[in-house]
Amino acid sequence: MTQLTFARAINSGLRRSLENDAKVVLMGEDIGTLGGVFRVTDGLQKDFGKHRVIDTPLAESGIVGTAVGLAYRGYRPVVEIQFDGFVYPAFDQIVCQVAKMHYRTKGAVKMPITIRIPFGGGIGSPEFHSESPEAYFAHTPGLRVISPSSPQDAHTMIQQAIACDDPVLFFEPKRRYHDKGDVDESLDPGAALSFEKARVVADGRDVTLVAYGPLVKTARDVALAAADEGMSVEVIDLRSLAPVDFATVEASVRKTGRLVIAHEAVQSGGLGAEIAASITERCFYYLESAPVRVTGFDVPYPYSKLEMHHLPGLDRILDGVDRALGRPNSLSGLEG
Amino acid sequence: MVTDEVGQGGTTAGGPGSSAGQQGRTGQNLVQLITPAGERVSHPEYDPWVQDMSDEQLCSLYEDLVVTRRIDTEATALQRQGELGLWPPMLGQEASQIGSARALRDDDFVFPTYRDNGVAYCRGVKLTDILRVWRGNASAGWDPYTVNLGTPQIIIGSQTLHATGYAMGIQNDGADSAAIAYLGDGATSQGDVNEAMVFAASFQVPVVFFCQNNHWAISEPVRLQSHVQIADRPLGFGIPSMRVDGNDVLAVMAATRVALDRARRGGGPTFIEAVTYRMGPHTTADDPTRYRDANELEDWAQKDPIRRVKALLERKGLLTPELETAVQQKADAVARDMRTGCTTMPDPEPLDVFKHVYSTPHSWLDRQQDHYSRYLDSFGDPAGAASEEGARR
Repeated sequence: MTQLTFARAINSGLRRSLENDAKVVLMGEDIGTLGGVFRVTDGLQKDFGKHRVIDTPLAESGIVGTAVGLAYRGYRPVVEIQFDGFVYPAFDQIVCQVAKMHYRTKGAVKMPITIRIPFGGGIGSPEFHSESPEAYFAHTPGLRVISPSSPQDAHTMIQQAIACDDPVLFFEPKRRYHDKGDVDESLDPGAALSFEKARVVADGRDVTLVAYGPLVKTARDVALAAADEGMSVEVIDLRSLAPVDFATVEASVRKTGRLVIAHEAVQSGGLGAEIAASITERCFYYLESAPVRVTGFDVPYPYSKLEMHHLPGLDRILDGVDRALGRPNSLSGLEG
Repeated sequence: MVTDEVGQGGTTAGGPGSSAGQQGRTGQNLVQLITPAGERVSHPEYDPWVQDMSDEQLCSLYEDLVVTRRIDTEATALQRQGELGLWPPMLGQEASQIGSARALRDDDFVFPTYRDNGVAYCRGVKLTDILRVWRGNASAGWDPYTVNLGTPQIIIGSQTLHATGYAMGIQNDGADSAAIAYLGDGATSQGDVNEAMVFAASFQVPVVFFCQNNHWAISEPVRLQSHVQIADRPLGFGIPSMRVDGNDVLAVMAATRVALDRARRGGGPTFIEAVTYRMGPHTTADDPTRYRDANELEDWAQKDPIRRVKALLERKGLLTPELETAVQQKADAVARDMRTGCTTMPDPEPLDVFKHVYSTPHSWLDRQQDHYSRYLDSFGDPAGAASEEGARR
């Protein structure tokens, strides 16, 4: 076990993938000499060379489009999009090409491309540096969308993503980059829990709280705070956002009868809606109350002095837990 | 009169002997080796690149041109008869497609557009496979790796980035093959094409951008896309370019060979503007009489790519009745095979809708497939279950 920051854990995972497969190449803006604006790729170009760790021109569609060509040639490109809000110029290549090539060619052409995107807010940045665009991609057949919440998962899941023959959108919770955790770098990614599986990170009886990426830490804090007030909260770290491991969520909800979903992304049409609908379809008669969503508002990501109002924090999620349990809460007395 | 003939006169910026970064003046001369009247004109820079085109080779090019036109005619007829949903005619662009595709090696990799079915024929794609997309039986008719030809790209310009990335792979592998992207004049306005030129120039990868300027992007004339000649655009990226008569199969072949040779020798990317004309509609769903002048069509008919090769063969005494019969028979056979292949193509199975979205199992989709399968099983006739009228009433 080594103590690593989240960012360093990804760096270590990327290094292992580069070592294990000569077809793995990293591409992105400032990832080489600089080591990435968050230093996630620090030192990799020095050790693996400019043809394996490629500083690209400043053009996101170009980066993803050339990654498609490299994948055609048998490579496994790992693309870094510098910030969540910069992925949109590449949206066409991701949605029309990366996602559909396998279907289009009846499996002849594989797109083992990993697209790393630092996402989410809480770091006091200007526009386009704090977004949570994961639902766009979860809504796109052909893509897999995952998000680790801990250094160990970041280290393992990045290697699993790169080894996967399907394209994977890998959302990195950037406000957790400097969080430290124990990482077993010798863990075999093939033997570790598949990135498709959710993980119960805190056992509980009264309510199921589902989160992913940056809010898993918050959700665990919620469970601790709730315990002080006599509520037992089961926390599930989704890890995979497309597909969501509904079997794990369903099993928990059958036990607790109540569901709260928290994410930073805006509410309408988001993953919370998908989870609430799917769980309602699957185990309606086990639900004691309506599923509750605690999410960012349906607003453009606000300027930084307002962001803590937009982001679901501990108390807002706790308020959602109260609502699910029918305890007094901020909306008590409101109908519907 | 619609024309792109701006700034005529100047240098052949990307011709033999030039290199990346050596920019020419705007307005390049059109490279031509066969005049519309079928006269072989000499060109000191380009002649050496088609020296090996023997009489026999010329006859073979003629056959490919005629067969390609026949493929187009037959497919258009199949669409009119309801056998194809849509067809994008290449009428008038045969020389651009055959001349460039015949310059390629088997290990070169091609990224085509939906209109490059003459290229597909040259790469050895089965005729039935060419039609699968247009009959609605597949999103791509062939396995790209069996013929080193990507699937027909529908998003305009997208494939130029794929070719550039593929060429980055060739460069990494140390191979001496090349990638070639086909594109149209309209595509040069797309961001992806401009980004592809940035990447190709920065990394000096072995890629050829082969642009068929057919003068029309559906209803929009080329002057709406570019205020300068298309061949001048790549020069700003440091990519040498050539401007060739796209209705001249020899000129196209020579230019493509120049570009491929540069790519193989590590000289980086080249852009070719093949000046041609889309004699037909954008697709069988289009009506060009709404936006273009009949006189323009008449002018371009005089520059027909097949007629000029036929005239050249005649001048050389090669257009024998035997040749004409053999070419006609080949075209007839191809048309017959296409028609048979098209009309006997089996329909896909209902559950094929779920196949190949992912390369590994996917819990959401597996559940949807399971449920839909049960739904279909609840009907005696699965086809009826999916009809618009329904089968329950």
